[in-house]
Amino acid sequence: MDITRFISTHRKLLLVGFLVLILIFIITLPLYTGASDVRVLTTVLMYVVLAVSWAMFSGTTGYMSLAPAAFFGLGIYTMALLQKELPFFLIIPIGGLVAFAFALLIGLVTLRLKGIYFAIFTFGLVVFMTELVQFLETRLWGQHGQHITPIDNEILLYTMLGLVVVTVLATYFIRRSRYGLALLSIGGNEEAAEHMGINTTRTKVLIFAISSAFMGAAGVITAPGLIYVNANIAFSLFYSFMPILMAVFGGMGQLYGPVVGAVIFGYLEKTLRAQLYSYFMLGFGIILVAVILFLPNGIAGLVPTLQDKLGGLMARLRKGEQGEQHADT
Amino acid sequence: MPILEGQGVNKYFGGLAAVSNVDFHVDQGEILGLIGPNGAGKTTLFNLISAALPISSGEIRFKGQKLNGLKPHQICQMGLSRTFQETKVFANMPVVQNVLVGAFFGTPTRVSGADAAREASQALELVGLSAMSATPVKDLTLENQKRVEVARALATKPELLLLDELMAGLTPTEVSEAMELVKKIRDTGITVLMVEHVMKAIMGICERVMVLHHGEKIAEGTCNEISCNKTVIDVYLGEETRAGS
Repeated sequence: MDITRFISTHRKLLLVGFLVLILIFIITLPLYTGASDVRVLTTVLMYVVLAVSWAMFSGTTGYMSLAPAAFFGLGIYTMALLQKELPFFLIIPIGGLVAFAFALLIGLVTLRLKGIYFAIFTFGLVVFMTELVQFLETRLWGQHGQHITPIDNEILLYTMLGLVVVTVLATYFIRRSRYGLALLSIGGNEEAAEHMGINTTRTKVLIFAISSAFMGAAGVITAPGLIYVNANIAFSLFYSFMPILMAVFGGMGQLYGPVVGAVIFGYLEKTLRAQLYSYFMLGFGIILVAVILFLPNGIAGLVPTLQDKLGGLMARLRKGEQGEQHADT
Repeated sequence: MPILEGQGVNKYFGGLAAVSNVDFHVDQGEILGLIGPNGAGKTTLFNLISAALPISSGEIRFKGQKLNGLKPHQICQMGLSRTFQETKVFANMPVVQNVLVGAFFGTPTRVSGADAAREASQALELVGLSAMSATPVKDLTLENQKRVEVARALATKPELLLLDELMAGLTPTEVSEAMELVKKIRDTGITVLMVEHVMKAIMGICERVMVLHHGEKIAEGTCNEISCNKTVIDVYLGEETRAGS
């Protein structure tokens, strides 16, 4: 029983240790696996960035954004257009900034929309971006799509890992801050939040832009692995829906929820989709419906319940042991 | 000296005048009751004061400063806070976090975490919810949810507090408790403007009463004056009350 006591008293330390182990695992992965596994892991990490940054805005404020693909695609195209002019590591923040500025603009215009109207607008935004980019490409360059010079897989993996760390840390600090409290109160009741002194418009637009910056940066890092992109690939609605499904599956009440969802589904998507495409999507849909019906708080929502049950079991075991000792004496 | 003043306040919804040419004033340190039949425009007037709705014409001054064109959050930070007729709490957040929102954002200056926590616990103490500070608000009774709203509004350090039907839907015991609470709030130096249907509460704690009917102000005065006023009795209080008083 000393183990349980140790766990409960050193919870923080153990958590940090666990995270360090995961980081070491990811960093050393290229040493003992092939290039394909490295690519799978990079994609999984990309989904982690998308899911966490989506939950950063939509999970807290309750505004359903279907626009991740728009900002992600902007990042991809930033990379495609700037790759010859600037070094890769400079393009990442630029991609983030482009997405940030674009989201700021979009947010100022549309965050007055509520509920389903905002969701529909963001959905339309992705479609609009696809068409716009396609139109500009054919007009300006007279070509369809862009080639992107590949970059070493391991560099991409480590860069994406860095972005994951930055995104997760940003979310962690926002959640703990008074800004996070403002976001939650907007999600709770926007009108009341406004009357309690929160500038809701500024708060919403800012977090929308911040979360989009991470999506844009993820797009820049993903681009070299794609080698060739066109508007339909870069602005695929798939990149909008996957992060949402992952975040919902993982649970948005906790910071690690979207991470867990992204890791599970990102891995399954990458490994199973090629072989069993339609079955994968079918199974995926069934699992998602089941999660929404039975686990409205996602996987993360399971943890407190399990803790209660396990805690009760532990307590009973401990009591039983003491009872035996008493019997002995 | 009036802390809040309205002159020729109008609000139209299309062709309907919800609030029509109302002049009013709230004096520093008093409890002013706002009564009237359903649809008289009481809540609309509250919404105009707190800027939830834009005013059609006329002007409202708070501490001598014009409120026209300001946003709700600016008005809150000036020291004018409110509660809602249908409670608008942050249901999934614990009680103390609800109140912390008010403490953190309700003042124009930046509040430190420690100050906000102190502010929140004082407000909870005043409304009598200290014991439930960690409970999610959705698990509270209606009475206590209304208290959370009051505490949240108090945490913004208001000089004027608008209470919108604080006692609606409460049992007689709860009404007496709520009356005590309103008096306590006034005693801390906060001016109170309250919309209320519970006449017992109005007569018990208000220094002055203002009566709205079809968006127009039909009477204003002390409780005694109002309960004897012929027009008020005709439109609102009814024969029974006159007989009783």
